Amino acid sequence: MDSALIPQGVKRCPTWQFLLWLGIVGVVLLWGVYAMVLCWIKGLNQTNMNDAYGFALWIWADLAVIALGGGAFFTGFLRYLVGKDELKNIINYAVLIGFICYSSALLLLAIDVGQPLRSWHIFWHANIHSMLTEVAFCLSCYFMVLTIEYVPLILENRQLDKIPFFHHLGHNMHEIMAIFAATGAFLSFFHQGSLGGVAGVLFGRPFAYREGFLVWPWTFFLFTWSAAACGPCFTLLVTKITETITKKKLVKPNVVDLLGKISGWMLGTYIVAKIIDTWYWALVTVPSKGFTLTDFYSNNALYGIWILVMEILICGVAPAIILIIGPLRRNSALFMTAIILAVIGVCINRWVMVLQVMAMPVLTFENWVLYYPSWQEVATTVLPVVYGIILIMISYRYLPVFPQEQELNPVEK
Amino acid sequence: MKEDPNHIKARKFGMIIDLDKCTGCGACMVACMSENNVPFKEDESNKLDSITWMRVYKVTNGKPYPDMEICYIPRPCMHCEGSHGHSPCVSVCPATATDYDQATGIVSQIYTRCFGCRYCMAACPYHARYFNWWDPVWPTGMEQYLSPNVSPRMRGVVEKCTFCFHRYQLAKDRAFYEGRKTIEEGDYQTACTQACPAGAITFGDLNNPHHKVNQLVEPDPKHNGRPKNPNAFRLLERLGTNPKVYYLTSREWVKRAGDNYLKNED
Amino acid sequence: MFPFSFEWVWDMDHMVFHGGLWYALSIIGLGVTYCIIKAALDTLKGNGAQHL
Repeated sequence: MDSALIPQGVKRCPTWQFLLWLGIVGVVLLWGVYAMVLCWIKGLNQTNMNDAYGFALWIWADLAVIALGGGAFFTGFLRYLVGKDELKNIINYAVLIGFICYSSALLLLAIDVGQPLRSWHIFWHANIHSMLTEVAFCLSCYFMVLTIEYVPLILENRQLDKIPFFHHLGHNMHEIMAIFAATGAFLSFFHQGSLGGVAGVLFGRPFAYREGFLVWPWTFFLFTWSAAACGPCFTLLVTKITETITKKKLVKPNVVDLLGKISGWMLGTYIVAKIIDTWYWALVTVPSKGFTLTDFYSNNALYGIWILVMEILICGVAPAIILIIGPLRRNSALFMTAIILAVIGVCINRWVMVLQVMAMPVLTFENWVLYYPSWQEVATTVLPVVYGIILIMISYRYLPVFPQEQELNPVEK
Repeated sequence: MKEDPNHIKARKFGMIIDLDKCTGCGACMVACMSENNVPFKEDESNKLDSITWMRVYKVTNGKPYPDMEICYIPRPCMHCEGSHGHSPCVSVCPATATDYDQATGIVSQIYTRCFGCRYCMAACPYHARYFNWWDPVWPTGMEQYLSPNVSPRMRGVVEKCTFCFHRYQLAKDRAFYEGRKTIEEGDYQTACTQACPAGAITFGDLNNPHHKVNQLVEPDPKHNGRPKNPNAFRLLERLGTNPKVYYLTSREWVKRAGDNYLKNED
Repeated sequence: MFPFSFEWVWDMDHMVFHGGLWYALSIIGLGVTYCIIKAALDTLKGNGAQHL
C-alpha cells in the first residue's frame, strides 16, 4: 500500500503489521497526551511534586534525555570536524535519536513550568547569569540545528526526492553540514554544561554545590563530558535494539567498534575526572559546609552509599574498562553490558543531581523528604519514549536511515 | 515617592527574632497570611504543599525528659544578600522574576513575570519559597477581607515573604505627604513584627546604627554582616547565603541547631 | 534578549552571552537561507536544462 514511499532496495514489514504496532504504541501515546492535557488544564497539582520537590521526575527525565541525546552532537563532531568518515553510517540515526531526545526535553519543560504560556519570559527577560537561561537558549538553538540535520534525511524519502527543489535543498544542506555540526557542537558544549551548572551553582545546597573554573562549577564540564561519553552509547544501544527488532544487521561492526572505542575513552577519562571531583567534594567542599559524606547517604530509606558505588564503579569504571580494551569490547555480550551500564550510569548521575539534592535536608531541624511520582508524571514521562518509538518506526520505514542496510541485507529479486 | 539615591545611604532591612522570647504561638504566621493575602486550602495538613511565608519550626534538644528543651524558630524569607546581592535564588532565576534590591536589601518576587520553573525553590536552603499548586480560592465572603495593597498570586507561580514591602511603599508615601525626606524606624514595620505578643521580633534598617536591629546584633560589614553579638546567629551561616534575619538566644544548643557542624567542631 | 528590554545592560557579561547567542543564531539563519536560495536557483537552472 505504501510501497512507493519505502526506500528502494530494502525490505520492510507489511503495512498491516506496521499499522498494528503503530496503533498499539499510539494508545500509550494517547495516555501520555491525556496526562499532559490534565497538567496543562488543571495545573501542577496533578503531580506529586511539592515545595520540597520543586524539581522532580520531569527535570530528571529532561537531564537524562539530553545526556542520552548527546550522541548526536558528539557523533556529528567526530564525523564532520574530526573527520571520522566511517561514522557517516550511523550519523543519521544519531541525529534522529538526538532530535527525539531534544524535542522530548522541550516538551517536558513545557509541561513542567507552572505558567507554560509565559515560557517566552525566559528569553525575553533573560537573566544571563542563570544557568537555566543558558540551557533554554542553547537547547532551543541546538534543537534548530538538529532539525536542520534531520531535514535532509526526510528529503531523501523516495517521493520527496523526486521534487527538484527538495532534492537540491537536501543536497545543499549536506554540503554545508559541517558548519551546522560545528555550531551544534558549540551549543551542545554550553547547554550540556549549563545543565550541570544548574545543580553545581546551588551554594545553598551542599550536596549539589561544586567549586569550579571562572563562572562554571566543575559539574558544568562533567556533564558535557559524560554526555559526550554516554550519548553515543545510547545511540549504539538503540541501534542494537533496532537490529534485534528488525532482525537485520544495519550498521557494520567496524562502525560500532569505532564509536564504542571512542565512547570508552571518553567514559574512562570522564570517570577519572568524576572520581577526582567526588574526592575533592567529599574531603574539602562538604566539610567546609559542616557536613560529612555519610550525612548525604544515611538516615533515609533510599539514598545509601550504594548509589555512589553504582554510579561511579559499576556504571562508570566497569563499562569504561570493557569499552577501552579491544578484546573485551569485541565480545558482543560484554559490549552490550557496557553500553547498557553506561546509559544507566549517566541516568543515575542526573537522578542524584536532581532528586537527591531535593531530598537532602540542609536545615538541621528538617528531615529527608522522599517523593514518588503521580501517574500523570509517569505518563507524561513515558510520552516522549513512545513518541520516540513512533518517530523511529516512521523514519526507519520511509527514510534511508542506515546507509549500509542495503549492502548488509541484499533483497532477492 | 521616588527617593533620590544620591542622598540616601542604602538601607538594609533586616529582622531579629529573639528565640528566648518566642512562645511558638503562631500569631506571626496568622498575621502574615492575612496581611499578604496568602491563599490556603481546605485541608492544610500536608505542610509540603501549603503556603506559609512565615513558618514556625519546633526544635528540641533531643534529650529525654526531664532534660528536654523546646525552641520555636520562626522562619520568614531570609532576604539573603549572598555576596554583593548574589543571593541563592536571585542569581538562578532565568526570567529576572526575583530581584535583590540594593536600596533596601529586599528580595522581591515579580509574580506576573515568574513562569513557575521553581529553580529558585531548588536553590533556597531555607524552604522559604512556595509554589502555587492550586488556584487561590477564598471562601465566599472572605475575599472582602483581602488586603487591597497586596496582589493575590495566580496558580503556577512562586511566592514568598516580601518583608511586607507594600508597607514600605505606604510609609514612603505617607512621609512624602507629610513633607518628610526619610521614613522613621516605626513607619515601616512588618505584620509579623507587630503581631508578636511576646515582642520577640524586631525589624529595621541593619545599616542604621540608631535602629534597634543594628544595636541588637551589631552586624559586621567586614564579614558579610556576621553578628558581633555572641548571642546572635544566622541560619546556615556557613553556606555564605548572608541572610538578613538574625536570631538571638542564650542557649548554646539552639545556636548550634542553626547550622551544620562536624563532630569535632565547636 | 534585546537591548530594549530593561534587564539589558551593556556590560561584558551581556556582550559575551548575547554575542555567543546571536553568533550561533546568525550562522543557523544564514546557513538555512543560503541553502534555500541556492536550492531555488539550482531548481530553476535544472528546470531550464530540462526544457532544452
